[in-house]
Amino acid sequence: MSDITKLSLNELIKNIRNKKLSSTEITNSFIERSEKSKKLNTYVTDNFSSALEAAKIFDEKPNMDLKLPGIPIAVKDLFCTNGVRTTAGSNILNNFIPPYESTVTQSMWDEGAILLGKLNCDEFAMGSSNETSFFGNVQNPISENLVPGGSSGGSSAALAANLTPVTIGTDTGGSIRQPASFTGTVGLKPTYGSCSRYGIVAFASSLDQAGPMSQNVKDTALLLEVISKFDNKDSTSIDFKRNKYSSELTNNIKGLKIGIPNEYRVEGMPKEIEGLWKKGIEIIKDCGAKTVDISLPTTKYALPTYYIVAPAEASSNLARYDGVKYGFRSEGENLIDMYEKTRSEGFGEEVKRRILIGTYVLSSGYYDAYYLKAQKVRQLIKKDFDYVYNNVDAILTPSTPSSAFKIGEKTNDPVSMYLNDIFTVPVNLAGLPGISIPAGIDNKGFPLGLQIIGKPFDEQTILNIAYSMEEKINFKNNITDWWM
Amino acid sequence: MDVMAKNNQFFIEREQNKYEVVIGLEVHAQVTSDSKLFSSSPTKFGAEPNTQVSLVDAAFPGMLPVINEFCVKQAIKTGIGLKAKINKKSIFDRKNYFYADLPQGYQISQYKYPIIGEGKVILDMADGQKEIGIERLHLEQDAGKSIHDIDPTNTFVDLNRSGVALMEIVSKPDLRSPDEVNAYIKKLRSIMRYLGTCDGNMQEGSLRADVNVSVRRQGDDNFGTRCEIKNVNSIKFMQMAIIYEANRQVDLIEEGKSIDQETRLFDTKKNETRSMRSKEDAHDYRYFPDPDLLPLEISDEFITQIKDEIPELPDEKKKRFIDKFNLSSYEANILVSDIDTSKYFEEVIKNSDVKLATNWITGELFAVLNEKNLEISESPVSSNNLSKLINLIKDGTISGKIAKTIFEEMIDGDKDPQIIVDQKGLKQESDPKALEELINKVIKHNTSKVEEYKSGKEKLFGFFVGQVMKESKGKGNPQLINKILKEKLNG
Repeated sequence: MSDITKLSLNELIKNIRNKKLSSTEITNSFIERSEKSKKLNTYVTDNFSSALEAAKIFDEKPNMDLKLPGIPIAVKDLFCTNGVRTTAGSNILNNFIPPYESTVTQSMWDEGAILLGKLNCDEFAMGSSNETSFFGNVQNPISENLVPGGSSGGSSAALAANLTPVTIGTDTGGSIRQPASFTGTVGLKPTYGSCSRYGIVAFASSLDQAGPMSQNVKDTALLLEVISKFDNKDSTSIDFKRNKYSSELTNNIKGLKIGIPNEYRVEGMPKEIEGLWKKGIEIIKDCGAKTVDISLPTTKYALPTYYIVAPAEASSNLARYDGVKYGFRSEGENLIDMYEKTRSEGFGEEVKRRILIGTYVLSSGYYDAYYLKAQKVRQLIKKDFDYVYNNVDAILTPSTPSSAFKIGEKTNDPVSMYLNDIFTVPVNLAGLPGISIPAGIDNKGFPLGLQIIGKPFDEQTILNIAYSMEEKINFKNNITDWWM
Repeated sequence: MDVMAKNNQFFIEREQNKYEVVIGLEVHAQVTSDSKLFSSSPTKFGAEPNTQVSLVDAAFPGMLPVINEFCVKQAIKTGIGLKAKINKKSIFDRKNYFYADLPQGYQISQYKYPIIGEGKVILDMADGQKEIGIERLHLEQDAGKSIHDIDPTNTFVDLNRSGVALMEIVSKPDLRSPDEVNAYIKKLRSIMRYLGTCDGNMQEGSLRADVNVSVRRQGDDNFGTRCEIKNVNSIKFMQMAIIYEANRQVDLIEEGKSIDQETRLFDTKKNETRSMRSKEDAHDYRYFPDPDLLPLEISDEFITQIKDEIPELPDEKKKRFIDKFNLSSYEANILVSDIDTSKYFEEVIKNSDVKLATNWITGELFAVLNEKNLEISESPVSSNNLSKLINLIKDGTISGKIAKTIFEEMIDGDKDPQIIVDQKGLKQESDPKALEELINKVIKHNTSKVEEYKSGKEKLFGFFVGQVMKESKGKGNPQLINKILKEKLNG
């Protein structure tokens, strides 16, 4: 086998089942490539020796009926992994080893997958460039000094650089789809309530969803099938009938109606993005689906709404990191002093900024004007989608308003950084599924993505649309291994 | 302290003015449940520190709360017991504040939409019944415990209580005296113990209250500024705190000063309240709906099912005791106030006379329990044996007097009264011929007294009865002795 790491998940599984490759060979290949790719800074914690042991055990008694037989997978460092350090990209958890496993990762191990390591991410998933991580920024394998997107930036970079066959991220406002778009990969955020949040370090509970990231749509479908499960340990998990996403995957989307929302033509959007979107519309028509112009009038309120709701929840979710029970502690004169030192030194600037915003919008006297109003707007945003879904089966938009930017380019301008999420955030606020697929490159040669937004619980339709578009687009990532 | 209580009216008097005290209580009642409100950890009292703590209770990253259906049921039961509105949709909120024994950095509580709405509690006061309004009841988590006195420089934290389910029961400001507070807490406790929703054990902290106190001149319609006395854990302390606090407020008014709305603590050693924090320093708890939990929705079927499980409650039981058994309101109150007493009573009267049972339980049995400081559930005489004793009195086997002697013996090891009667030959002598013999003997030995009696000193009749009783070694049937003696002396 010339280069194992270039194979897709489905190809790897085929080779394992045919006994052409062993789990050990595969695991070794990804470890070797990962070792040579330290410059990308994708791993926070590797699990290489344990992964090799697990691969050996798998090979001794392989169970080929499993969905991910002996496949090594690295995951975002926001998923708690039993006995393996879990940091959420933060100093405040830099010594934290959970004695439990997240439901989503457990589902993967139950299907034969092997933990390869924990991937870098923005601190507590707060960021769009992976620059807020305590463990340093991540290089986009597309080009040197380019951000890989965020917050699942370690995941997107590792995936694009073939350091892991597939990966999982989490998406609160675009943290799977935007990095997928920046690295020429596929990323899906499932309907809120599809994947259990149990054991995932919380950022904004009403928005957080785990989801698959992969080289192609077929791999995404398979991984989604593994991780989308009802879980009674998460009160917001929903017990709906899930499709067999991989076996039901079809490129036949004839007759589907795809909405093109007028409001996503934002001011100052580069022509290339506009062009990419038009190209997407043509491809959809080529596939036999119809496009319909639609209106989502509340779109412009989505970003400010998001930047009230998400920090509000985060300010409360992060209160538990106080140095008392686990994680980083800075000793103090007394309890308050210890809190202040621990949280000052334990959290980075972006996290502190959001805690402050969140605390402010929940404060007495401001609650009604900010938090309550944002919740009302959130309902209106959802209603917008409900309304258009009476008439269309899915919605096509660009994934991001630009391609990947340079490291450091936006770190001093949080608002311009936040604008990155403008097309992805409404999907989280409405709890909908959305997928980003690579659809072209800009004049710098950097990948650009298109987003397909679905009806609640209708991941199958957006997977099918993505699958048929993928065939026609035939995108190939240009990775030169410049870092080696 | 110038306190006046007349006709159950409670006022604080000064030279010119008379002040009424207005009290509202926020009672925190621990829900009787094997596991916590949002986790499966056990809730047993007195366990080793930090042995009843799950990852959820200790707020580990990524851990999520899952509502304990049983605790919801307990809250609804309590709501029904308080004749309150059950809200079919309620919402759990986060109350945010930092403290070492609050692992999440917030307490999950209910703020705007509690599970139970308005209800009422009826108090039996000396001058009649009084209705106290219930504002609401909501479910919330307890915090852990900070222990400051083990180590000179460190605070120790025990999370066993962290996450334990509490019901916060908020009364309307309808209480007017320490007596009413006493009656209110006892009634609340009684209702919850009947329902099995809170054991009401104040020593173990299962029941504690924040006490809101304000005063106003008699006749004023508007409430005065209130102060909240936090976390008082016995009725006695509540009463002491109220009297101190009301007098403090009255003094301020009399001096022409204003009362600051504030939170105060009651120092049980000094018997005084002192300021904990002012309104300005009040925490901003930043309440918002907990996004980890969906709104709590309760179906009609669920409520109906719970209603079917509601036992007869003290008010209804009292009414039945009065209507069916002809008990006085006073007697009925005593018998129903505690569920174990009412259970005991109902077991005794299954097979024996109600009137005698009432007298024996509220008289002899209560005296023994008091003396030995026992609960009725620990009674040294079982309901079965007391029932037997009453039947022995009722069928004339023994006299009431002998019964008391037998009762004294029964206490030691819950002895069967029939066996005591048999072993000691205490069966009542009811054979008229045998009694006549004894009476003849007494008359013969007391001829001068008989003369006195016959010449009009009728008071001596008691003397003769006593003598006959003595001759019978206390076993003579008093009614028969009376009857025969009268015939003999008057004949």
